[in-house]
Amino acid sequence: MNIHEYQTKDLLKHYGVPVPPGRVVHNDAQAATVAEEIGGSRWVVKAQIHSGGRGKAGGVRIGNSIDEVRVIADEIIGSLLVTHQTGAEGRLVRRVLVEQASTIVREYYVGLIIDRATRRITLVASAEGGVEIEVVAKQTPERIIREIIDPAVGLLDFQCRKVAYKVGLKGALLPQAVKVMKGLYRCMRDNDAIMAEINPLAIVDNGQLLALDAKMSFDDNALYRRPTISELRDFDEEDPKEVEATGHGLNYIALDGDVGCIVNGAGLAMATMDAITLHGGRPANFLDVGGGATPEKVANAFHIVLQDPAVKIILINIFAGINRCDWIATGIIQAMRDQNIQIPIIVRLAGTNVEEGRAILSASKFPFIIASNLNDAAAKAVTEVNNIVNKVVPLKKEHS
Amino acid sequence: MSVLLNKDSCVIFQGFTGQHATFHAEEAMKIGTRVTGGVTPGKGGTQHLGLPVFDTVEEAVRETGADVSGIFAPPPFAADAIMEAIDAGIKTIVVIADGIPVQDMVRVERYRLGTDSIIIGPNTPGIITPGVGKVGIMPSHIYTPGRIGIVSRSGTLNYEAVAQMSELGLGQSSSIGIGGDPVNGTDFATVLKAFEDDPDTDAVLMIGEIGGPQEVDAARWAKKNMRKPLICYVAGLSAPPGRRMGHAGAIISSESDTATAKIDTIEALGMFVVRNPADIGATVLRAIKS
Repeated sequence: MNIHEYQTKDLLKHYGVPVPPGRVVHNDAQAATVAEEIGGSRWVVKAQIHSGGRGKAGGVRIGNSIDEVRVIADEIIGSLLVTHQTGAEGRLVRRVLVEQASTIVREYYVGLIIDRATRRITLVASAEGGVEIEVVAKQTPERIIREIIDPAVGLLDFQCRKVAYKVGLKGALLPQAVKVMKGLYRCMRDNDAIMAEINPLAIVDNGQLLALDAKMSFDDNALYRRPTISELRDFDEEDPKEVEATGHGLNYIALDGDVGCIVNGAGLAMATMDAITLHGGRPANFLDVGGGATPEKVANAFHIVLQDPAVKIILINIFAGINRCDWIATGIIQAMRDQNIQIPIIVRLAGTNVEEGRAILSASKFPFIIASNLNDAAAKAVTEVNNIVNKVVPLKKEHS
Repeated sequence: MSVLLNKDSCVIFQGFTGQHATFHAEEAMKIGTRVTGGVTPGKGGTQHLGLPVFDTVEEAVRETGADVSGIFAPPPFAADAIMEAIDAGIKTIVVIADGIPVQDMVRVERYRLGTDSIIIGPNTPGIITPGVGKVGIMPSHIYTPGRIGIVSRSGTLNYEAVAQMSELGLGQSSSIGIGGDPVNGTDFATVLKAFEDDPDTDAVLMIGEIGGPQEVDAARWAKKNMRKPLICYVAGLSAPPGRRMGHAGAIISSESDTATAKIDTIEALGMFVVRNPADIGATVLRAIKS
């Protein structure tokens, strides 16, 4: 689960990480009031959406007067911000963070990740602040400093000093850097984050370190024990179909093709998408119905997949282990009847109770296209979708 | 194969009297798995499925000589159950739970250091050695005894591969799911080594997916150390970057995480690779004939 920049900064402040004075607002009048309250002569107005690249997209701007802050806030709030992560449709900005603007002397990067190879939280730092760490990792990997953290003792002061020295944070900055790194680590550990980064961590003109931008991502599997983090969830930033799917215990991710997919198991779901792609088709979604899928769960899966208007056919691929093919088939029939589904349905069933499942499908009046294996299913899906696309008569040009 | 689950293995289940453990313990016993009891705190001294129930793993090990444990505790309690099994000296710990907080697994892996325990999972269908037994939730009827070792991150994709192999008359020595989580107990390379050392295995099929360095690390290990053929498939060719594809660990965070990047690197290392998931069985057959 991701949260907004202003929420991350609020959290970090509690852990002793210095952030610029500022507050989140929902309209231009509030923006002006906050600018006045926090004082100073320059302010930065930052769009709050769950996406990187906000600055390049015009979502982070400087105001040199209270009036300018008001105008900028008015322009950004309610606009659609298009970044490299939002897709062409962009993301509606509902609120902005108004902060005192800082004069930056130098920028650094400090982050924490869970490293899969060492199975430990790892501190990552670089003197190349303000640019994406992935870019630094690719272009100048030698400029990235790493320190592996032993969970038995946590991040130690000397480790922070080592990292600080290596990126060039010395002298009076050293104790500040230690405080920032330890605060970031405690915040990650105490709240079950899976990623935390300050980028840039800046030296500003008064010689202090300040977290000018920060990002945290949390472990969905640990939210049950982090109620205060759960409350920070912003459903406006998520695909409503994905939210509905989660509510039904389904795993759904929207993609941009036209072959709807209903599969059990994450690996088989990915493999099904791959098979469709290799046959020249384009999957419309990833959907895992999980283990122990009831007829109701299957029917819900249809409902979610069919909310995507691009879906022209549905491919169902089930290899039942703890699932049962007869339950899946019952769910398919239920969905066909209750949701009045008219598009072609390709079904591949295998595993537990497969004969019973096939019998239920063939006893119904619905014209299912039955596939014998994964390859057959993907081939039939792509043939069907191509038939539909080719049948569409192009609109006649109007004569003026 | 004799490393993780063999005819001498003595199995207990933690969370024994729960609904899922009961069902899967019964299934395991039906195919001949040597199950000697289970643990449910508070129910020690009672009987379940005709077997003794203990309050602690330590007691179960002392009384039954158990060396394998199938953990069916739900995610919030799984880390504690795993560490209890490590403390009691269990050698092979199979963790079924899907949804253990990742920092719990970071602590578990630290606790495991310096012990002989091997953790399979979490988020795994488990281990099956056809003809001998299973500790897990896979449908045992699809597996047949044979000489191909399988190791996979996904459960259902493992079943898919087995079905394709069965059509071609290829059976399995053992099938091991290492699980779909970002921090897991056993990586591919460790299982490859066990299969390489196993006299009952002729070739190994590795089924990976997007995210993390494990598949490529394992293939590098295999190039240096393995004489048996290794066949690899990596799911998620069509997965978008930055999205978690069902499994907590299946996420493309960098270019090297993509299915294409992994499979290209593995192919360059000289392994047999499968690009179309429908060709898994055929590729395994080609590999053992070569």
